[in-house]
Amino acid sequence: MSTVFIPAVLRPNVGGVKSLELEGDSIRGVVEALVAKHPSLGSQLLTEDGDLNRFVNVYVNGQDVRYLAGLDTPVAPADEVRLLPAMAGG
Amino acid sequence: MPKSYADLLREARAQIREVSPQDVDALPPGAATIVDVREASEWEQGHLPGAYHVSKSYIEQQIEGAAPDRDAPVILYCAGGVRSLFAAQTLSEMGYTNVASMSGGFQAWKGAGLEFETPVVLSAEQKQRYSRHLLIPEVGSEGQAKLLSSKALIIGAGGLGSPAALYLAAAGVGTIGIIDFDVVDLSNLQRQIIHTSDRVGERKVESARTSINALNPDVNVVLHEEMLVAANVERIIAGYDVILDGTDTFETRYILNDAAVAAGIPVVHASVFRFEGQLTTFVPFEGPCYRCLYPTPPPPELAPGCSVAGVLGVVPGILGMLQANEALKVMLGIGETLAGRLLLFDALETEFTELKLRRDPNCPVCSDAAVEARATGRPRAVSNVGADAPFLLTTTGLAGKVSPEARA
Repeated sequence: MSTVFIPAVLRPNVGGVKSLELEGDSIRGVVEALVAKHPSLGSQLLTEDGDLNRFVNVYVNGQDVRYLAGLDTPVAPADEVRLLPAMAGG
Repeated sequence: MPKSYADLLREARAQIREVSPQDVDALPPGAATIVDVREASEWEQGHLPGAYHVSKSYIEQQIEGAAPDRDAPVILYCAGGVRSLFAAQTLSEMGYTNVASMSGGFQAWKGAGLEFETPVVLSAEQKQRYSRHLLIPEVGSEGQAKLLSSKALIIGAGGLGSPAALYLAAAGVGTIGIIDFDVVDLSNLQRQIIHTSDRVGERKVESARTSINALNPDVNVVLHEEMLVAANVERIIAGYDVILDGTDTFETRYILNDAAVAAGIPVVHASVFRFEGQLTTFVPFEGPCYRCLYPTPPPPELAPGCSVAGVLGVVPGILGMLQANEALKVMLGIGETLAGRLLLFDALETEFTELKLRRDPNCPVCSDAAVEARATGRPRAVSNVGADAPFLLTTTGLAGKVSPEARA
């Protein structure tokens, strides 16, 4: 089980919780598990082709998966996965 | 057995190694910490290049700031070479193992025709106003003088810009530019603490200037009462040393990013949403830029601004002050900025999280290929906002060529 941290802007899609424990041995697996549980997140996180949307950053233990192996980045059970969309408020 | 001055001097000479001004001049830079132990009024008349000033009367209290390593070489000097001998004895007692005194002091140094620096002299009022800065070795009067001659641009006199502007003003940043085209609204006052109830309806830039000058009349406030757009961004940001981005639209953030990268000006970025904030410092070509972090803006429903989503007033307060801290470090050239790191703040949990950021080798704005394309007049198309901005056609922007005050 990896811990996935949900940013405030996406929390309405997951019942308001701050984090979820999800199965998956890669980012793809974890995101698929997340979307299976909360389908309304699908269009916000993924493109029609199933890639990560460019406006949502995903970090594993503080590292951006775009500079690791993208959706194929392996995720170990104790890892922290963080979804991070851009925010504009000032 | 009472001792005379001559006895004490003889003992100090026997105990402390003396070096000549020529020996000190021949040292490679950084080989020893050089400390001027004269009084402030003497230091102001000129001192050795790169020396620290710790007057003899404060030597016990302040030497560790200038020379934290007790085994590293320290050379003390005064006007004629006597006070520095006695001060060196004190350092020996404190456990400094490699202390020397420069014989003949500053008089001998000047007499030998060696190079010296004259520090910027703060007025008596400035010394009092900034006294808590002057006590910090990393700032001191040199750092304060740097701040007084520095220019910071604040985009947005809102939730982030309010605390940032007030603290930069209090710190004595000599020129503060403020961009805002809005007027003060009652709903702003829950967080935009630079404005006041009796200034509702007033132009925000004017209201900000009133507060800044009430706090510190040293500050020259430059008002830019316009919306930051591609057509004016290059003109507005030119000449500033650092920019604090506190806008609330993605479009402005991308436009600012692209122009600041082209002009080589660091941008301290912050954004807020309800109980959360994000903060980083974009230093062009040293770390990532905004487009490396977020290549494209999210759809509007995923990124509502404060006026739609709301925000706990203290959140932009905290983030705005962290922005001011980053900007001060950039201007002073001290410490480590957040370049390459994204700091997340969660007010509900009182939790800070740090994420690692990287430069995108394919960034359309700050990658080597993008810089080269700008240099050859064929800038790369940027897929979303700001692509038609004129600064994409220039190599370096106008930074440093036009002074912000001149355009006020």
